[in-house]
Amino acid sequence: MTTSLVTTTPGRDTYDVVVIGAGPAGLAATAMAAGAGLSTLLVDENAGPGGQVWRAIASTPVKAPEQLGADYWAGADLVAEVQASGAEIVHRATVWSLDRQLEIGVSVGGMSSFIKARRVILATGALERPFPIPGWTLPGVMTAGAAQTMLKSSGLVPDGRTVIAGQGPLLWLLAAQILRLGGRIDRILDTTERRNYLAALPHVLDFVTSPYFAKGLAMMREVKARVPVTTGVSELAAAGEGQLASVSYVAGGRRETIPVDLLLLHQGVVPNVNLAMAAGIEHRWDDRQLCWSPLLDADGNTSVAGIAIAGDGAGIGGATVAVARGRIAARAAIEALAPAATAKLAAENVLRTALAQAERGRSFLDVLFRPAPQFRIPSGDTIVCRCEEVSAKDILDAVAIGATGPNQLKAYRRTGMGPCQGRLCGLTVTQLMAQARGKSPQDIGYYRLRAPVKPITLAELAAMPQTEADVKAVVRG
Amino acid sequence: MTRLADAIIVGGGIHGCSTALHMCLAGMKPVLIEKDYAGRHASGVNAGGVRQLARHVAEIPLSIRSMEIWARIEQLVDDDCSFESHGQVLVAENAAELENCRARVAELNALGFTHEELIDAAELRRLVPAVAETCPGGVVSRRDGAANPAQTTTAFRRKAAALGATVREGIAASNVRQHDGLWQVDVGADTYAAPVLVNAAGAWAGRIAASLGEPVPVETVAPMLMITSRVQHFIDPVVILRGRKLSFKQFANGTVLIGGGHLAVPDQDRNETMLDWRSLAVSARTVFELFPVMRAAMITRAWAGIEARTRDDLPVLGPSARHKGLYHQFGFSMHGFQLGPAAGAVMTELIVNGGTQTRIGDLGIDRFHSSQPQR
Repeated sequence: MTTSLVTTTPGRDTYDVVVIGAGPAGLAATAMAAGAGLSTLLVDENAGPGGQVWRAIASTPVKAPEQLGADYWAGADLVAEVQASGAEIVHRATVWSLDRQLEIGVSVGGMSSFIKARRVILATGALERPFPIPGWTLPGVMTAGAAQTMLKSSGLVPDGRTVIAGQGPLLWLLAAQILRLGGRIDRILDTTERRNYLAALPHVLDFVTSPYFAKGLAMMREVKARVPVTTGVSELAAAGEGQLASVSYVAGGRRETIPVDLLLLHQGVVPNVNLAMAAGIEHRWDDRQLCWSPLLDADGNTSVAGIAIAGDGAGIGGATVAVARGRIAARAAIEALAPAATAKLAAENVLRTALAQAERGRSFLDVLFRPAPQFRIPSGDTIVCRCEEVSAKDILDAVAIGATGPNQLKAYRRTGMGPCQGRLCGLTVTQLMAQARGKSPQDIGYYRLRAPVKPITLAELAAMPQTEADVKAVVRG
Repeated sequence: MTRLADAIIVGGGIHGCSTALHMCLAGMKPVLIEKDYAGRHASGVNAGGVRQLARHVAEIPLSIRSMEIWARIEQLVDDDCSFESHGQVLVAENAAELENCRARVAELNALGFTHEELIDAAELRRLVPAVAETCPGGVVSRRDGAANPAQTTTAFRRKAAALGATVREGIAASNVRQHDGLWQVDVGADTYAAPVLVNAAGAWAGRIAASLGEPVPVETVAPMLMITSRVQHFIDPVVILRGRKLSFKQFANGTVLIGGGHLAVPDQDRNETMLDWRSLAVSARTVFELFPVMRAAMITRAWAGIEARTRDDLPVLGPSARHKGLYHQFGFSMHGFQLGPAAGAVMTELIVNGGTQTRIGDLGIDRFHSSQPQR
């Protein structure tokens, strides 16, 4: 087998397959595509492979295997497979543009270039769902994901008075990881609605026979043995003068306020749609996962010819699902570009069976951890758009005088026009406007997203390769 | 069901909305039909330049009239439209360009127009301190400025609706026809009928004109814009270049808008545009050279709006040469935003009074047909 080339910048300007994102889906797709002999480029924003779930797997200072857990270290095999596959791998690479011609604008080390692909597999993963409660913009309030990033890449854990609030499997995983590394958690505020337990019942058989069940239960037991957990939490609010000082909530009919230095918020993850939407890929509102998901066929192909999506960007499924989807998308690319090479690959039905197995139990989690409306649709002075400091009331006022959707709202309040490009407010704006106008999120729509999906400097754009016309003009001139 | 109106306006851009508003002010009850929503395309996403500077002589009277409306825009639409009047400056990058500027200003003065003023290097530096020191001067139009285009178009639509215009958004006008002296247009299951039809459908207007037997040499274009993150305040006027494609504007919040007419690839039927980053890189290089202070600014977004451009880069504004009751207001060729307020006023005068004091004679649709015999 060929050894992969980890380079600092793409070696050519055209590839058979370009995979964007080196998380579980991207790694699986890369290993298969390159392994089948296709010229394959894997570009990724981080310093090393792994994405978020296996972040820093090649470099983490947290070496004791039990601290990050078996699921984390499962990524090591796939990383090894990619490294032996012959793929070209570029880390610290930011893809800021992708279009229907399958041309990719990528920035590495402050220099941008364009590469062309015959097929693109987007594996850009998930983002944390916005959690807009009063005071969520105060210093001292962080997302659980940000805390987990620090934990995995630097071994840093909280040591001040820490509260974790929200719901979802990742919340319990993070809590367990913090505790194993000697970090401090004073309380967990579980915002799961009681009625969700009932709603999830029809899916419970599926769940108890899935691998999530035993692992999830063990993790929750581990955390609950060491940290007080308050359930049925509502009316969550952070407060402080310029800095987080306390968190208050209602549980069991009583309002409590506790002093705190760090509040970690988490209510699940949603597909990271920015690059896909900017490429013109059609999405629809997913009413169960309460987010936008791309329209895909069984191979992960999108509405834009030549672009497939695998991993959590295709709809939240977790790491095992992501690996299965990555392989299916890669197999489809190989079938399109080098059909002869498919003979040596796992059969299509084998890959699909693996996906179906990995997906088992997901519907239970989706229903159980469905965030309550009060944590998705804020009111009053609670900030929705952090970049432009627009509150829920501001948005409702704009609706009252004629703003009909997120794009129209820009004319009134500049929401979504700041540097985050809607990542922190988009879902909130859609759901808030849908509720205010009595329409479905699908009818209300989402921001029209455009490149660059990650900002680049003017100097970097100015230094890009010139057009043939420009070069000719200079020659003539 | 057929509903009667005083006029049907097809297209909810700045032009259709302005005409709707001015018709209401004149006591008419128009219906405005917009296939998406008001300001969805070029009118809502253009650079927002409010510019008399560097215009073709044929549209200067309309532009000057529009400027008078802009100066009191809030009284007209109950919204300040974020209009700011810090002037627009055309920068000459070398001596030859400055000579062209001198000749242009002299030509305008001879025609009686005084809004453009030649400036030397010192005045240029006073107005635009950050400009590269090699630039020898330019032209300023001091009353010019910029507004927020989406806010403006939305404000015109809102005020027109408040004054009694029917605004139908989300369904395209179809089956445009003339029957018993009335124009009829279908909107979904509804039909509207009126003695007057105004074709203000932007990039889609050429198709309407052609379907009514008045083809115009018009193409669909999508000029690109990009915007930066906030940088420290360093410039007040809008800057355009004489020799290269660039327009440049810093907003009150510090973000900088970079435009100038490099084109994206429009996909009109999909309502989409595909950005041409190699051309945007040319824009970036121009800014890099002209404004060193901008080099570290972050580009946060780029986009393009779809619109119509005529063969001679002038709009089609006025009555049809073929049909009674049909009026055209399109083809503003990437510089129609500033003209919107006056074009709506003039269009209403043409319809209500049968004429206007504003000189628009060179903008008629017949200019494309006069040299050819009618089929």
